[in-house]
Amino acid sequence: MTEPMLPVGYRVIGRTIETHDAVTLGLEPVDRSLDRFRPGQFAMLYAYGVGEIPISISGIGDDGTLLHTVRSVGAVSRALHEAQPGAVIGVRGPFGTTWAPEDAVGNDLVVVAGGVGLAPLRPVLLAALAERSAYHRVVLIAGARTPDDFLFRAEPDVWAASGDLDVVLTVDRPAAGWDGPVGFVTEPLARLQLDPERTVAFLCGPEPMMRFSARVLLRDQVPAERIRVSLERSMKCGIALCGHCQLGPLLVCRDGPVVSHTVAGPLLAVPEL
Amino acid sequence: MSSAGLYDGLSAHEREALLRTSHEEFYDDGERLFDEGGYAGFCWLIRHGRVALDSTVPGRGQVVVQTLGPGDLLGWSWLIPPYRWHFGARAVGTVEATVFDGEQLKALADQDPRLGYVLTRHLLGVVLDRLQSTRARLLDLYSHD
Repeated sequence: MTEPMLPVGYRVIGRTIETHDAVTLGLEPVDRSLDRFRPGQFAMLYAYGVGEIPISISGIGDDGTLLHTVRSVGAVSRALHEAQPGAVIGVRGPFGTTWAPEDAVGNDLVVVAGGVGLAPLRPVLLAALAERSAYHRVVLIAGARTPDDFLFRAEPDVWAASGDLDVVLTVDRPAAGWDGPVGFVTEPLARLQLDPERTVAFLCGPEPMMRFSARVLLRDQVPAERIRVSLERSMKCGIALCGHCQLGPLLVCRDGPVVSHTVAGPLLAVPEL
Repeated sequence: MSSAGLYDGLSAHEREALLRTSHEEFYDDGERLFDEGGYAGFCWLIRHGRVALDSTVPGRGQVVVQTLGPGDLLGWSWLIPPYRWHFGARAVGTVEATVFDGEQLKALADQDPRLGYVLTRHLLGVVLDRLQSTRARLLDLYSHD
């Protein structure tokens, strides 16, 4: 990464509609690839002429292709969301810290995702599935507002059917035809009967969801240093220069987004920090 | 709240007394355990399967408000007057459960206040977890994440 502030052109080669407001864009480099991303890291995606936002990686191809899942919530994300195959967008990165799923090798890996929080965790799940024998139990608990709001809807069913992953998808509001669990992610999490001595947990979603989930894990004696969360702040430069993403002593673009609960817990307990 | 939690803090003798108020039941998929407004005389410790709590909403049928799974306690309306179910409950898939008789539980607690205290604390923990979970859902977190 020689010019971290200079976007590199990537062409949209795939656009998968995930939900009514989220798509997954497949991107391939136009001229040159960025360095390889790792699970949990993010890119600054630049909709030319509109602006730039941080988006975590939701898939990493060996050939340099990238997957980013974008939810349309503002001007830039809307422009990215509407980018069609053939369009070129700017990409900077990789930035930030990684989930480092390899640290969970030999342990039970518990992944808890809320809403679009499943996107940054997808590479972790794929990595764990690729080396399934390296882990003991692998569990995914994902929550969404309604059944139609789950990202990558087909994949968890395939993972569950393979027997390699224990999958619980739970919704706040069931719709006709939904016969799965109804409730908050903390409920199936509390039901897991974890072995705290060998549990590593990754949490991603709205901050309150991560706080509540971490409390369940801590109550079950999972050490804070083995609970990792992904922080979200207003990241602009991605290289710890501008200070927009300051969270207490952290600059989230550099020191995060993935941090252990040892670090995040006290910070997330401070309102408006 | 696991079954281990239910029995935590109880002596072997107390645990046996508790189990004497119970029996095992099995439910087929779709079978109703109880209906909203009915007399609440029992509570269930779900051992296998899932139970959907529902409420009848005009025009929408029986809307599921929450599902409970293995290790969960189902039903506490037997403890507090007027002893009527506030929601209905339906088996999702095959369900195996230990069913406790509410009248016998109350009598047991009256005879042995220490046991009653331990049981009540456990039930309060279950209620608190459910309340917090419901509050978290009220925040509608995923709509703005």
